[in-house]
Amino acid sequence: MLLQRFLVRLLTMLVTLFGVAIVVFVVIRVAPGDPIAMMLPPGASDDDIARLRALYGLDKSIVQQFFIWLGGVLHGNFGTSISLRQDVLGLVFNRLPATLELATVALLMAIAIGTTAAILGARSRGTAIEAGIDVASGATLSIPDFLWGLVLILLFGVLVPVFDISGRVSPQLDLPFATQFYLVESILRLRFDLTWDLLKHMLMPAVALALPLAAIIAQLLKQSLKEVLDLDYVVLARVKGFSETQVILREALKNAALPTLTLVGVQFTFLIGGTVIVERLFSYEGLGNMAIDAVINRDLPLIQGIVLVFALLFVLINLAVDMMYALLNPRLRHG
Amino acid sequence: MDEASVARGGLAPRLWLAGGWLLLALVAAIFAPLIAPQDPLAQDLMLERLPPFWLDGAEPGYWLGTDSLGRDLLSRLIFGGRIAFIVAFAAATSACLLGSALGLIAGYFGGWPDRIISRIVDVWMAFPPVLFAILLVAVLGTGLSSVILAIAIIDWTRFCRVIRAEAMSQARMDYVESARIAGYGRMGIMLREVLPNVLPSVVALLSLEMGIAVIVEAILSFVNLSISTDDPTWGSIIAEGRLSIHQAWWVLVFPLITLILTVLSFSQFGEALKARFDPVLR
Repeated sequence: MLLQRFLVRLLTMLVTLFGVAIVVFVVIRVAPGDPIAMMLPPGASDDDIARLRALYGLDKSIVQQFFIWLGGVLHGNFGTSISLRQDVLGLVFNRLPATLELATVALLMAIAIGTTAAILGARSRGTAIEAGIDVASGATLSIPDFLWGLVLILLFGVLVPVFDISGRVSPQLDLPFATQFYLVESILRLRFDLTWDLLKHMLMPAVALALPLAAIIAQLLKQSLKEVLDLDYVVLARVKGFSETQVILREALKNAALPTLTLVGVQFTFLIGGTVIVERLFSYEGLGNMAIDAVINRDLPLIQGIVLVFALLFVLINLAVDMMYALLNPRLRHG
Repeated sequence: MDEASVARGGLAPRLWLAGGWLLLALVAAIFAPLIAPQDPLAQDLMLERLPPFWLDGAEPGYWLGTDSLGRDLLSRLIFGGRIAFIVAFAAATSACLLGSALGLIAGYFGGWPDRIISRIVDVWMAFPPVLFAILLVAVLGTGLSSVILAIAIIDWTRFCRVIRAEAMSQARMDYVESARIAGYGRMGIMLREVLPNVLPSVVALLSLEMGIAVIVEAILSFVNLSISTDDPTWGSIIAEGRLSIHQAWWVLVFPLITLILTVLSFSQFGEALKARFDPVLR
């Protein structure tokens, strides 16, 4: 039954990706403005333009272009970036690790902050502390990552300049890394000086991305905890003499976590979507920042490649969450 | 006191504050030419980076200071409000009409209309929204109508998903069945019976969406893709402030406060409406 569910999801996922490919392709081809004309120096002959157009396949019909492009994509050939003159897939893979590290650190922070607030709120239910957490999470949730990023820049970049607000790593440092996963590699190579430098750059954008999600986790998990805390087995644990915090950590948390888990999965895709503008804000050299440059430069192959990779990431996360939910939920496991 | 009245009692003062701020900002935007102390476009390099009124070196008449081109910040914020509110109302309403209509059809009729609409929603959800917005505006060309259109094209799914779920549960209720027995057509039932019942959710979402539209416009003008670069928008002021952050922090602080207050106010309204109409809380 699990396998069947997995296969159905996999199929829907492929249909969704095909839909994304069509939409991106159509949107971009509708664009006015000639990317070829922008590549050439003024005074290029019509002959040159035609040759370049043929080189990028732009002389064929839209449907032909779509299937040529799709065929290439299926073979791992995403084309050549017009503005950077490099292989699109190579460019995307070069930038993707930076974005993945940022998003993962942000996700971990959101879970840590959100869970702490939820436990604190559930422990002190009915008091001013819970009311305070409600108000704070409500307001935090309403303010999007873009604005949090600006607030953090002002607070910790200007008012108390403790963190870096621009870039991924200090430019004067020598990087011994073999991959683009700088943070992971700096830890594996025990170069904690570099880890610290990377974190100092990553912290502000990660917090900006984490805060709205932390607020959602706090609200939902607190609600589920409060429901579980009235159940018999929890009352029993309390009678046995465990403190309220122990009761929550040992008994209530694992049963209250399932609804939050599903939600975190969906919200994680929103968080990744947020990296686009937050990376821009902090000049962080990730995929999102490159995407905005690609749009501004009308670099069609690069835009297509980046959007498809984002979409693939989103559907994979949804698939993983769905499977995890099915595995953890006893009703679905045995049903 | 039951939970509903606690929720309402707790919301009331915040709702007044939210309403007060939105009214103030809206009135200022509508009467901008009468209220703004200076011409928002007038540059004067003699007056560049003047601090706000309580700091040394401030000039009278330039309450919140000036930017690096000597333009009055308060006047630019007031004029920027015009674009923010136009985008908020127009984009949110368009997204709402499109999304609610599709959601209603998908939820009430079910079957293949639902399957097609739900597939499209899936595809839309697989796009990073900010990147999608930037891409659309780049394709449509900068300008007010492109920004509005881009937001509507992206955010209709927010309405569609909620209204679809609501219409689905409404369609199973007894009153729909009685209307059918009474001889009403499916279209008639959808518009006369189901629509009024999902309307509260639509209104609550609409208020939230206005806040989102204001942010998206700010993001677009931040990356220099919104309206023409001359017109002041909150996002373009922020972009300018981000660049001169170490020389003139006020150019970033004031538009940021303006944006945060506006977004918080729209979401307070949305939350309050949701609580007001939520059958569980009611």
